[in-house]
Amino acid sequence: MNNIIILPIIIPLIAGLVMVIFRKNVYAQRSIALLAILSTGLVAVLLAGQVKSDGIQVLQAGGWAAPYGISLVADMFAIILLIITAFVSFCCLFYAFYTIGNIREKNFFYPLFLFMISGVNGSFLTGDIFNLFVFFELMLISSYALITLGGERKQLRESIKYILINVMSSFFFLVAVAYLYAVTGTLNMAHLSVRVAEAGQGGLMTTIAILLLMVFSLKAGLVLFQWLPGSYSAPPTAVAAIFAALLTKVGIYAIFRMFTLIFYHQPEITHLLIGIMGAATMLLGAIGAVSKWDIKGILTYNVVVSVGLILAGLAAFTTGSITGSVFYLVHDINVKALIFLIGGTVIYLTGTSNLKEISGLIRTHPFLGWMFFIAALALAGIPPLSGFLGKVLITKGTFDAGEYWLGAIGLISSLLVLYSVMKIFMNVFWGETNLSEDMEKGTTRGIIVPITFLTAVIVFLGLGGESISSYIQLAAEGLMDPDLYIKAVLGE
Amino acid sequence: MKPNDILLAAVTKIAVLIILTFSIDLFFSGHHNPGGGFIGGLGIASSLVLMYLTFGTEAVNKLIPVDFKTVAAIGVLIAVLTGAGSFLFDAPFLSQTYGYFELPILGKTELATALIFDTGVALAVIGSAVTIILSISEDR
Repeated sequence: MNNIIILPIIIPLIAGLVMVIFRKNVYAQRSIALLAILSTGLVAVLLAGQVKSDGIQVLQAGGWAAPYGISLVADMFAIILLIITAFVSFCCLFYAFYTIGNIREKNFFYPLFLFMISGVNGSFLTGDIFNLFVFFELMLISSYALITLGGERKQLRESIKYILINVMSSFFFLVAVAYLYAVTGTLNMAHLSVRVAEAGQGGLMTTIAILLLMVFSLKAGLVLFQWLPGSYSAPPTAVAAIFAALLTKVGIYAIFRMFTLIFYHQPEITHLLIGIMGAATMLLGAIGAVSKWDIKGILTYNVVVSVGLILAGLAAFTTGSITGSVFYLVHDINVKALIFLIGGTVIYLTGTSNLKEISGLIRTHPFLGWMFFIAALALAGIPPLSGFLGKVLITKGTFDAGEYWLGAIGLISSLLVLYSVMKIFMNVFWGETNLSEDMEKGTTRGIIVPITFLTAVIVFLGLGGESISSYIQLAAEGLMDPDLYIKAVLGE
Repeated sequence: MKPNDILLAAVTKIAVLIILTFSIDLFFSGHHNPGGGFIGGLGIASSLVLMYLTFGTEAVNKLIPVDFKTVAAIGVLIAVLTGAGSFLFDAPFLSQTYGYFELPILGKTELATALIFDTGVALAVIGSAVTIILSISEDR
C-alpha cells in the first residue's frame, strides 16, 4: 500500500473543485492552479525515487485486494510520463495566464484544465481497464469543454467532429471492455495478463485486442487521425499545445500498456499491424505536413508523424526499441508543447496563420526565432538535441528486428518533417521584415518564459540524456517484463 | 417564466413534500438496501425541477438562493476528501469504516463513513442535474 500514488490524481481534482466554488477571483485561481501542478510534479519525482529503489508501487483502493478492487499502479513508465506531464502543463498554464483572456478565465478555464490533467494522470496510473475508461472520459469531457470554451465559430464547428468521433470511440472502448470481461472474467490488467497467458491468445482474444487497438488509435491519432488536424487547430494556443502534447500520448500509453502487458503473445499479428499502421501514419502525416501552407496545419500534422514513429518502436518490440520509444515519447510531449506555443505566439503577434503573409520576424524577435530553430531541429532528430537518441534507438530496434522497411519509412518521414518545419522557419523568420514592432497585435513579454523553459529541457534531454537514461531503461525493462507488474499487483 | 396553473401549483406543493421525504428515505436506506446517494440525489433534484417548472425560476431562486454549480463542486469535494481522509489513518485511499453509537432518539444506530461519501455523491448529483435543466431552460 502506498497512498501517495493517488495524489497526482486528486490534487488537481481538489484544486479544480475549490476553484469552481471560488470562481470570482482570477488571481487566486492562477496561483492555486500553478501550485497544484507543481505539487503533482513533486509527488511524481518522489514516486520515481521510491520505484527506483523499491520496485513498482501499488495502491489497492479501499483496501480491496487486487482482482476484486481497483488497483492503482505506479511503474517507472507511468511515473516518467507523470513528471513530463506536470512540467508541460505547468508551462502551458503559464502561457495561458498571458494569452487566454479574462472571459475564459472567469468561465472555468483553470478548473477544466486541472480536471483534464487529473484524467491524464489517472489514465497513466490506473491498473484496471474499466477505470482506464473512466479516466479517459474525465480527460475527454474536460477537453470537450476546453475545445468549445469561448464559442468561436471555428471552435464550435471543429468540436462537433471532435466530440462525435470521441464518443464513437468511447462506445467501442466500452464494447471491447465488455467482450474482454465476457471472455476472461476480469478487468484488472495484471489479472488479465495472467488469464490471457493461461488461456492462450487465440483468435477471439486477438480480435478483441485489435478492437482495443482501433479504439486507442482513434484517440492516439494512429492512421485514424483525420479528425485531429482540424480539432487541434481550433482552440486557443495554450489549449492546443496541451492537447498536442498530452491527449494523443494517453492513447499511445494505452496501446503500450495493452500490447506489452496483456496481448504480447502474438506479435506476428498484432505488432505487425501496429507497425503497418505506424508506417502509414508517418507517411500520411509527413505528406500532410509538407503540403500545408499555414503554421497550425503543419504543426498538427507533425503531431501525427511522431505518433507513428513512437509506435514503430513498439512494433519492433525489442528492449532497445521500447527504450527508444519511451525516450521519444518524453521528448515529443515536450517538443510538441514548445512548437505549438511558438507557432501560437507567431500567430498571436502577426494575426495570421498563413506562411506567405509573414516574414522577417527574426529581426524583431530573435530569441523566439532561434528557439523555434532549436525546436525544429529537435523535432527532426538532429544531434545533440532531445529527439536524436530516441530516434536512433527506435531505428536501430526496427533494423534489429529485421523490419527494415519500418525504419526506412521512419527516416524518410524525419526528413519530410525537417522540411516542413524549416519551411515555417524560413518563411516566418527570414526575409524582409514586413511588420514593425508597433504594428504587432501583442507582445511576447511574459509568454517567452514558458517557451524558454521548454527549450531548456530539449537541450537538457539531448546533452544530459545519460543522466535520466537509467530511469528510461527501467521503464523499458518493466514494459518488456510483464511479470514484474503482475507480481507487484497480485502479490504472488 | 411565470406560469399560473392552479392545479399544478396545488399538486406540486404536496408532491414536492412526498418526493423529498421519499428521496431522503432512499438516501439513508442505501447503506444496506437499494437506494443511496445517487438515486436519492436524483429524487431531490426531480423535486427541485418540479418546483422550477411550477413556480418559475425567479421565485425558486429567491427561496433557495444557491448556485447549483457550487453545490456540485462541494459534493464532489466532500466525496474526494472522505476518500483522502484515509491518509490520516494510514489506510488505503477510499477505505471506509463504521461503528455503533447510542443516539438520543434513534437508540443504537450504525454510522458509517460511507454515508459522508454518499452525501457528497447526492450533492454532486443534485448540483449537476439541476444545472443541466436550468441551462437548457435558459436557452430560448
